[in-house]
Amino acid sequence: MEITSNWYLILSALLFSIGAIGLLIRRNPLVMFMCVELMLNAVNLSFVAFGDRLGDIAGQVSVFFVLVVAAAEVVVGLALVVAISRRRATTTADDLSVLRG
Amino acid sequence: MVEIIVFAVCAAIVLVGAVGVIAARNPVHSALFLIQTLFGMAVLFISLEAHFLAAVQVVVYAGAIVILFLFVIMLLGVDQAEDLNIEPIVGQRFIAFIVGAATFVLMVATLAGSSDAITGQRQATGPLGDELTDNNNVRELAEALFTDYVFAFEATAILLTIAVVGAVVLAKRTSGEMLPVPQNTLEIREADYQARVDARAAELEANAAAAAEAGEDGSAEASSAAASDDDTADDEMADAEGGDA
Repeated sequence: MEITSNWYLILSALLFSIGAIGLLIRRNPLVMFMCVELMLNAVNLSFVAFGDRLGDIAGQVSVFFVLVVAAAEVVVGLALVVAISRRRATTTADDLSVLRG
Repeated sequence: MVEIIVFAVCAAIVLVGAVGVIAARNPVHSALFLIQTLFGMAVLFISLEAHFLAAVQVVVYAGAIVILFLFVIMLLGVDQAEDLNIEPIVGQRFIAFIVGAATFVLMVATLAGSSDAITGQRQATGPLGDELTDNNNVRELAEALFTDYVFAFEATAILLTIAVVGAVVLAKRTSGEMLPVPQNTLEIREADYQARVDARAAELEANAAAAAEAGEDGSAEASSAAASDDDTADDEMADAEGGDA
């Protein structure tokens, strides 16, 4: 038995699904961000697996950019969470329905 | 054989960490499980010969992003454990699980159905070797990054600058409309509640006193008369003050 890139892709799909489920069921914005990180990591793994299979360095370059975007997203998202939690006692995703206006 | 063992162990670590992230009640535990997942992922990157990315994964993700998460968790208070037994929307968990399982099945089906198409063509300008050789991974990545993708690389610099500025603007304390921070909010809520309870109690007491007075009207004329005398005296005083003014 040999570990082909298909194994990595299946693991990536599993990880992405777990992240998606977590994003749907959790209500704490911080945990939701962590689930988004899980999904981004799953996609990173598939990028590297495809890059390995096709002998193309562009897969790893894509992962590099995904890392940068993930860092920027986390910085802005956590700043938003802090700003919201200053104005409200609890930060639950359900409470943010007031943003409807 | 070694590769199989490494893959199996790392896959187990990654999946257990992922399930831990979404199942832990305490956000701190979620963050620690996330670190576990990221380390397992770094080892998988090494086994896929992406050495630079494995290092970046540990340094940036586990070292910076998760620490940022932990900072914010500590800032907001670690006692906000979520009660996972309550399901605010009925059937949400079930539907979420269905959606996740469907996503997984869809991806695996796509993989199984198009396996040949994916393996079909290698990159025309890619290296001739079957894999990216060990020593040249960082060099190759750098060459690609600073030649073909240099514009995107510069764009990420702008993106990060914008993110930093945005974070500062969002986290800046604005004057005037500031509302209290969470702990104070609870105390103020309690004080407000207590004040309203006291006001309501005083109101009820006044009503009861008035009712009692009304009931006593028939039996005790004198006290009522005395009260009315007081009232007239107050009125006279008020009139005198008005006249002075």
